[in-house]
Amino acid sequence: MPPPPVRRIVVEQEPTVVTPAPNGRRAARGGPASEVGVPRGPIVGAGASAARGARRAAAAKVSERMRIEGVSLAYGERWVVRDVTLPVRQGEVLGLIGASGSGKTTLLRSLNRLTEVTAGAARAGTITLDGQEISKLEVTALRRRIAMVFQQPNPFPMSVFENVAYALREEGRGKGRRGARRSRKELEPAIVEALQRAGLYEEVKADLNHPALRLSGGQQQRLCIARALAVKPEVLLLDEPCSALDPISTATIEELIVNLRESVAIVIVTHNLQQAFRVADHVAFMHLGELIEYGSSEQVFDNPRQQRTRDYISGAFG
Amino acid sequence: MTGAAQTDRAFAPQTPRKARGQDSISSWPLMDRIGYVLCWAAGLLLCLLAAAIVAVMFIKGITYLRPSLLLEHPNPAGQNQRGSGGFLDPIEGTLLLTAIGIAIAAPIGVAVAVWLSEYRRPALLARAVESGIEMIAGAPSVVLAFFGLLVFARPTLAFLSQTSAGGAVYGRSFFAAGAMMSLLALPLVVGATREGLAQIPGHMREASYALGKTRATTIRRVLLPSVRPNIASGTTLGMGRIIGDTAIVVILLGAFLRLEGAGGTPLLSTLRGTGSTLTSYVFENSPAGEGNAPEKAYAAAFVLLMMVLVLNMVVTRLSSGKRLGRAGLTPSMVWRWITWTR
Repeated sequence: MPPPPVRRIVVEQEPTVVTPAPNGRRAARGGPASEVGVPRGPIVGAGASAARGARRAAAAKVSERMRIEGVSLAYGERWVVRDVTLPVRQGEVLGLIGASGSGKTTLLRSLNRLTEVTAGAARAGTITLDGQEISKLEVTALRRRIAMVFQQPNPFPMSVFENVAYALREEGRGKGRRGARRSRKELEPAIVEALQRAGLYEEVKADLNHPALRLSGGQQQRLCIARALAVKPEVLLLDEPCSALDPISTATIEELIVNLRESVAIVIVTHNLQQAFRVADHVAFMHLGELIEYGSSEQVFDNPRQQRTRDYISGAFG
Repeated sequence: MTGAAQTDRAFAPQTPRKARGQDSISSWPLMDRIGYVLCWAAGLLLCLLAAAIVAVMFIKGITYLRPSLLLEHPNPAGQNQRGSGGFLDPIEGTLLLTAIGIAIAAPIGVAVAVWLSEYRRPALLARAVESGIEMIAGAPSVVLAFFGLLVFARPTLAFLSQTSAGGAVYGRSFFAAGAMMSLLALPLVVGATREGLAQIPGHMREASYALGKTRATTIRRVLLPSVRPNIASGTTLGMGRIIGDTAIVVILLGAFLRLEGAGGTPLLSTLRGTGSTLTSYVFENSPAGEGNAPEKAYAAAFVLLMMVLVLNMVVTRLSSGKRLGRAGLTPSMVWRWITWTR
C-alpha cells in the first residue's frame, strides 16, 4: 500500500530560530524555504530519508530517562490505556500517534501524574524516572522534573516575565512566604535563558512586562514552552502543541522541539502524522488504548509491521 | 458552455434587489404583532419611568441642595429638621456602614466562592452552602435586620453595641448593622467570583499544576488575580445594595440622626455607637417620618441616587474590563491597592 502524500507546510519565510543550531541540524531539517510548496510523493522520498538520516546522526548520545512498564490507566470503570510498555529517551523525540480516544493524551498525562487531578483515575503498572517509580516521588517535585505544554496556549494573565517567573518561584517553603520569594533581579538571567531556549526572547526582549495574553497564539505557545523549560526539566511532555496554531508558528515550534531534544527527553502527542514524521525519532502508534506498534519513525511510516498501523497512516481510518 | 461564459455568469454583478420584506411586521400573525407591540411598549415605559425618576430627583435635588447641607450635622432625632441642620452624619454613616459591610463580605465571599468552585468537598456541604447563599440572597432585608436584632441583643455580644445604664443590651450599632449588611453583599460577591472562576478553562489550572504548583498556590497566584475584575464588580454591586438598604439601618442602627458614640475609645466608640445613613435620613424627613423637612429629604435622596448611579457606572466599567479614568487606572490596579497583593 503506498504511503500517503505528505502535505508540506508552506512557509513564507524561514522560521525564527534564536537558539543557534549546531551545524548540520538546519540542513538536516530540510531547509524550509527551498522546499516550500513542493508536492512530495511518498512519505519517505529519498530526500526526506537522507535528511532524517543526517538528523539522526546529528543527535548526540541517546539515554533512557523514563520507562513505562505495563501501564494501564482507567477512569472509573473504563479502561483508557491497556498494558503499554515504552521507553522515553533523552536525545530523541518520542511521538505518540493515534486516533482520538486512543489514550495517547491520557498516557502522556500519567507521566507527570496529572491524571491524578481527574477524580476516579487509576493506574496499574510502573512508570519510572531514572529508575525511580514516579508515584514514590513528591508530586510537585516530580512535575518540576517532567514539564508539560498543553494543546491550547495557556499563559497566565500576567506579564511575559511573571509567567516564566511563576514557574521559578518556590512557594511557601523555607523561611516564611516572603522570604522564599526571589527578587526580580535574581530571577532575570534564568528567565532570559528560558525565553531564549524557547526562541521567544528576541521578540519580547523590548518589553518583558508586556501582558502575555496580548502575544500572538504562536508566541503564547512558545511562552508556555519557555515557562516549562524554566524549571530545567528532564522530560518535556507536549500534548498536541501545534494544533491551535498556524503553519508558520507550527514550523517554528517544530524546529524548537528538534533543537531541544538533546537537552531534554521529549514526548509529543500529535494527531498530525506529518508532524510526527517531521519531529519524532521514535513513534508509538496507539489504538483504543493499546500500543499497536513502536519503532523508529522510518520503520513505522515506511514498513509498518501491523495492519492497523498501515491502515491508520494511509488514512483508512482515524 | 465554455468555462469563460460560466465564469462571466457567476461573477456578473447582480442588480441589487429590494429587500422583499419577508420579515416585515405586517406579514406576522396578529398575536405576534400584538406581542411585539407590547414588548416595545414595555421597554418604552421603563425608559420613561427611569427618566422620570432621575429627572424629578434631579430637579428637586438641585432645587434644595445647598453646600451647607453636606457639611452640617443634623438636629437630634425627633426634633423638627426644617430649620437648621444638614446631613453630614448620614453621609458619614453611609460610608462607614458600607465600609464595614464590604470589609466583612468581600473576604468571606471570595473564600466561599473559591471553596465552592475549586474544592466542593464534601459535595453535600457544597450544595448546602449554595442553598444557604440563595436563601440569604432571597431573604428580605427586614427579616435579616430582625434576626440581627435578636443576635446582637444577647448579653454575650454586649461589647458590640450600646447598653443602657441598667445593663440592657440594645443590639444597635454600626457593628451590628454592618454585619447584617454584609449578608446583603455576600451573595453578590460570591456570585461574581464564581462566575469568574467558572470562566477560567481547566487547562489553565492544569498548566499551573504541571509546573509543580499546589492547588493553593494556583488559586492564590493564578486564579484570584484572574478574577480580580469579577471580585471588584461583585464588591461594587454589594456596595450598591448596602448603600440603598433602609430596613437594616432603621432596626439595627436606630432612628438616631446623629452619630452617637458609646464608650470612650475614639473609633471603637463610633463602631459601637449608633447613627444614621442617607436612607434613614430620607425616611425620617419624608412625609412618612417625623422630621417634617421633605425638601431636605429630596436633597439627601438626590445625593443617594447620585452615589448609586456612580457605583453602577463603575460596575459597568469594571465588568467590561475597561480602564477607569484617563490616568489608565485599571480595575486590577484598584483591586491591587485594596488587596495589597503584588
